Amino acid sequence: MAHAEVHDHNTPLEYQSETGRLNILGFWIFLGAEIALFSTLFATYLVLMFRTADGPTPHELFELKGVLIETFLLLTSSFTCGIAIHEMRRRNRKGLFTWMIITLALGAGFLGYEIYEFVTYVHEGAALGTSAFWSGFFVIVGTHGLHVTMGIAWITLILIQVARRGLTPQTSAKVFISSLYWHFLDVVWIFIFTAVYLTGMVLHNG
Amino acid sequence: MANPQDSLSREHGGIPWKHVIGYLLSIILTALALWVTFETGFSTRTILIIIFIFAFLQAALQLLMFMHMTESSEKKSKLTGQTQTGNILFAAFIAIVIVAGSVWVMSAGHAEHDHHKMDSKTHDMKMDGDMKMDHGDHK
Repeated sequence: MAHAEVHDHNTPLEYQSETGRLNILGFWIFLGAEIALFSTLFATYLVLMFRTADGPTPHELFELKGVLIETFLLLTSSFTCGIAIHEMRRRNRKGLFTWMIITLALGAGFLGYEIYEFVTYVHEGAALGTSAFWSGFFVIVGTHGLHVTMGIAWITLILIQVARRGLTPQTSAKVFISSLYWHFLDVVWIFIFTAVYLTGMVLHNG
Repeated sequence: MANPQDSLSREHGGIPWKHVIGYLLSIILTALALWVTFETGFSTRTILIIIFIFAFLQAALQLLMFMHMTESSEKKSKLTGQTQTGNILFAAFIAIVIVAGSVWVMSAGHAEHDHHKMDSKTHDMKMDGDMKMDHGDHK
């Protein structure tokens, strides 16, 4: 039904089927709900900012270098993901795969650094139950990390489907939607970088 | 807002300048936020205001340059682009109300209590007990 419509070849594949168009719009609505979800976690973290009880303070444990590496990896992966969609719109399947696999590798690198960071904190005596501050920290950063994990798995499965079925209006809409998700994870990370790490370091310094 | 078809057809060019510029600006904004936080010696309040403005700018870059938020799926209508943009702006409004509202409510409560604590040294034990319940884990 939907793909029987006539389109000029300039319309990107992902917009050619009605299902694709509606799914993309629907996903934007979902992202609005994700913003609300993360805002509650930011509120919790900021409200509990000084409730470190007898545990370590963020000033003692936060390490700028690791955070910057994570930020750079995720920001770059968002860029390469954008290039992948650019290649998809040029109907370049190989380009799409190349840039998406680079994106996933950068995402995995980000996750690796984050897990290393968490393990380090736990070793230094800051775990989920150490204080209200660390509960808030691990829940917000952990929820984001969980999203990145799901993003990697999801995009991998979609790439497998594209490899099997080719670039169709159906598969390209899925690729486009998963790219929106990936960019969104970088948007959330910008605020984690600012509100969790930078704000944490500024307020506990002064 | 640009004509939706413009932004779609421009995507067919060779080098994705929109993405390259968005990426470079993101890196610059991140570096500036770091510089403001650790090198300028501004007051805490000024630092926080500036780095949050940078964060919102960078989020806007992602949404506009990478995610094509304003782009419409229909040829002759801007409706989907406008719906997407309106939805994200509304969600951002909700997020700001939740975060700023929570922080304000909780810190305003603190000020009340701290003030109370100072001139309540001679008050009865019941008041003291109440405060311990509220602030037992506050260090």
